[in-house]
Amino acid sequence: MTIAIVDYGVGNLFSIYNALNHVGGSPELVDDPQKILDADGVVVPGVGSFGKCMQRLAPFETSILELLEEDVPLLGICVGMQLLFQKSEESPDEGLGWIEGEVVRLPKNVLVPQMGWNSISLKKDLSIFDDISEGDRFYFVHSYHCVPKDPSVTAATTDYGLELSACISRGNLFAVQFHPEKSGPKGLTILKNFVRSTKC
Amino acid sequence: MLAKRIIPCLDCDFGVPQGRVVKGIEFKQIRYAGVPWELATRYYEEGADEIIFLDITASHERRETMVNVIKKTAERVFVPLTVGGGIQTVEDAKKAFDAGADKVTVNTAALNRPDIISEIAGQYGNQACVVAIDAKRRYENVEDRIVVPSSKGDCWFECSLYGGREFSGIDAVAWAQKVEELGAGEIMLTSMDGDGTYDGFDIELTETVSTRVMIPVIASGGCGNAHHMLEVFQKTHASAALAASIFHYHEWSIGEVKKYLAENGVQVRL
Repeated sequence: MTIAIVDYGVGNLFSIYNALNHVGGSPELVDDPQKILDADGVVVPGVGSFGKCMQRLAPFETSILELLEEDVPLLGICVGMQLLFQKSEESPDEGLGWIEGEVVRLPKNVLVPQMGWNSISLKKDLSIFDDISEGDRFYFVHSYHCVPKDPSVTAATTDYGLELSACISRGNLFAVQFHPEKSGPKGLTILKNFVRSTKC
Repeated sequence: MLAKRIIPCLDCDFGVPQGRVVKGIEFKQIRYAGVPWELATRYYEEGADEIIFLDITASHERRETMVNVIKKTAERVFVPLTVGGGIQTVEDAKKAFDAGADKVTVNTAALNRPDIISEIAGQYGNQACVVAIDAKRRYENVEDRIVVPSSKGDCWFECSLYGGREFSGIDAVAWAQKVEELGAGEIMLTSMDGDGTYDGFDIELTETVSTRVMIPVIASGGCGNAHHMLEVFQKTHASAALAASIFHYHEWSIGEVKKYLAENGVQVRL
């Protein structure tokens, strides 16, 4: 049972690798779109700008879509969540567009980036939230946030100047704006639940 | 609501195998506090919101030790790791990121060549570039300085470089605004007058900077107890507070500080 961390050349992936390893997953950094196809779970990380991430992720698009259609669980993290949307105010590049909606800049009345531990409010009862409680805090670092066209996509929200989407889910696709690999024991719980979902 | 962050800072000497955590008073008088990765792990377990390693090694053969310490820490500590001290080039920053650092701090290098801020921010994102400002109070009048009234008289703040060994003449408040423009994601603001003294944070310095920038400010220098943390959060717009000695020498645990803050109405991660 392996979890492929899509290694498309942005940022360091040791953190997510170490964290998945710590919770008993068998992570592998995969930089070849063909090799992802064997995975039991796929993680799309993302650090840096939307445009740069999108350009580098493009070669993996077909493989990831194929996995999604085979019902393989997908976890998008931070910019890896934003890429699922149609577009972003950050860059002219089109996103994957698997979730309808766009990514917009945080409001002007708050410090940008949002950096630190914010509490989340759960909107859905999902197995990935097992042992997670209303108000638990996670580590966020971002300047843009996702606005899904269909509000029922939002699985959890957080309050930063406005109520924004902290987690989204649809079928086997789950994504978080925060960094579970940097969110202490609660973040590890989310990752542990994700690992478990790949074994069902 | 976003929580205020409590950050232990580990000043590290990487001149010995495994490295060692040291702590000075007003940037002098060094005391030993432990092994870096062990201390970082203890702080993570106590609830630290982030860990900062500052390399204060004088020698130059330290990089390998530093890289090993970051790697070992990143395997067991699942909160953000910031690494600073002696980062002079983007290449130095890359080594820290490659080892597992989430952010780096630059100080002297940025004062000498401000473009390093936009270079690191451009490559790794604004959030990954923390500018450390070591500020010293100056009571003498100098033209074009941002003067702040304080209990000891009007003063301005001068940026120091090379770990407090030299002074730049640059106004720390103006510099903070400048680094924001250049793309810094955060400012780690240390009062040199307060460092290691246990007298409390420099409230005037922290408030002056934190109201003039729209990026997070980490208050640093002088923390002697949990009340000082409460004071800096009540009287300034700091997003985080950093301490070293009180945690190293078991005077307060991170959990105790957070409990005290929560009881007094500060939002923290418990």
